[in-house]
Amino acid sequence: MVASDDAPRADNSHAPARTVLDDKDISRALTRITHEILERNRDASDVVLLGIPTRGVHLARRIAKRMSEVEGRIITAGALDITMYRDDLRLKPARALEHTEIPDDIDGKIVVLVDDVLFSGRTIRAALDALNELGRPKAVQLAVLIDRGHRELPIRADFVGKNLPTSLVEKVKVALTESDERDAVDIQGGAA
Amino acid sequence: MTFTHLLSAGDLDRTDAIRILDTAEELLGLASRPIKKLPTLRGRTVVNLFFEDSTRTRISFEAAAKRLSADVINFSAKGSSVSKGESLKDTALTLQAMGADAVVIRHQHSGAPHRLANAKWTNGAVINAGDGTHEHPTQALLDAFTMRRHLGELEGKNITIVGDVLHSRVARSNALLLDTLGANVTLVAPPTLLPVGIEKWPVETSYDLDSSLEKADAVMMLRVQQERMNAAFFPSAREYSRRYGLDTPRLNRLPDHAIVMHPGPMNRGMEITADVADHVRSVIVEQVTNGVAVRMAVLYLLLGGAAGDSTTEEGTE
Repeated sequence: MVASDDAPRADNSHAPARTVLDDKDISRALTRITHEILERNRDASDVVLLGIPTRGVHLARRIAKRMSEVEGRIITAGALDITMYRDDLRLKPARALEHTEIPDDIDGKIVVLVDDVLFSGRTIRAALDALNELGRPKAVQLAVLIDRGHRELPIRADFVGKNLPTSLVEKVKVALTESDERDAVDIQGGAA
Repeated sequence: MTFTHLLSAGDLDRTDAIRILDTAEELLGLASRPIKKLPTLRGRTVVNLFFEDSTRTRISFEAAAKRLSADVINFSAKGSSVSKGESLKDTALTLQAMGADAVVIRHQHSGAPHRLANAKWTNGAVINAGDGTHEHPTQALLDAFTMRRHLGELEGKNITIVGDVLHSRVARSNALLLDTLGANVTLVAPPTLLPVGIEKWPVETSYDLDSSLEKADAVMMLRVQQERMNAAFFPSAREYSRRYGLDTPRLNRLPDHAIVMHPGPMNRGMEITADVADHVRSVIVEQVTNGVAVRMAVLYLLLGGAAGDSTTEEGTE
């Protein structure tokens, strides 16, 4: 996620973490997002789900699984690595690339980008650039689990799990069982 | 990345090497996209400084840099001031004055890239694209990459490298890198074509090709570099190809999964027969394709992030 890298950050490592979403909340939010995506796009025949590594991919897969259940056919999610399109590449040593996997031709499709936290909007800006070179989707929509505000670019999400007003000194941590030990969204630092 | 130049395959530790190979793996997918371009090195200048003839290495680096949106300046010694007697130093200072972020150098003298990197004539990253009979690290990386795609992780794999080891920078870089990656390397050559000091290399050596075929996971044939030979290293071309050439009977004695490699350019009929070169188990053309992805990975990891001396790097925000 580009967002949290840009935040001015105090040393919050000792501050207690507050859990704002637990596993059930996350599950409910994803189910609701799934239905919203299906409702907005009638049937999901044109929809291509692309997660942004790492946790966006896990979320996209979970949404795809729910979609498959509702629609009664197999829907797969892809992954879109945006590392090479970031605007802050030159501020840090070169990073390792994540896996890009596009399940389908995206020309004329409705691409739903999936990420865990929407913050500055710079990740999504990079993702739109990356998409642009892969094809010409009919529309691009954005689904995020958490919208924490503080946008630096004119970008908004179409599907939001939870709006979470935060201060810039706070840190939002999304944990998912695929890569972490549990499902939870925590806030660290700031006024608890 | 723990290095700022790529001069020798021996400079890479296992983590670095794996990182380059993993990055290349992701970048390989780019070749199948409609737009084969990434914006990552926009505004960076890569100079291809070629003092020696080269086809695939130069165009491979050029393609790699262009696919990452870098500006590429090609320089070849022919038709430049080098033919008027300009030294490497003055050439390097000229390039520095033009703001080269990376210099890809191919030179007929061993150690030229090293000199360029350590003499501080240029601030850019120096990438060795082959120096004399010394090293060719990106070739070793693309060879390892190709092997890994066919054989899986290289730990414990047996790689046989056959032919003119004495004049081969490819053999040396491969021996060093493959050892880092945990593979067992056997060099097979006539005694006259093994370099002095070979006993210090992390390899086994043999004078007999037939005895090392059965266990080989990959066989790499080296070009007999006649242009570097100033003495009779073997009695005749025919005798060489009979004892050290890869032909169909020898190919059939390899394990079923084994692949045949050659860094190119090939002398068909000398170290490899045309039948073997065009065989389905030959990955020689694939090596060239993989070369672009590997060189993109090297350029990205050296130039893509903040540089160690970030004097000219902060202009983007």
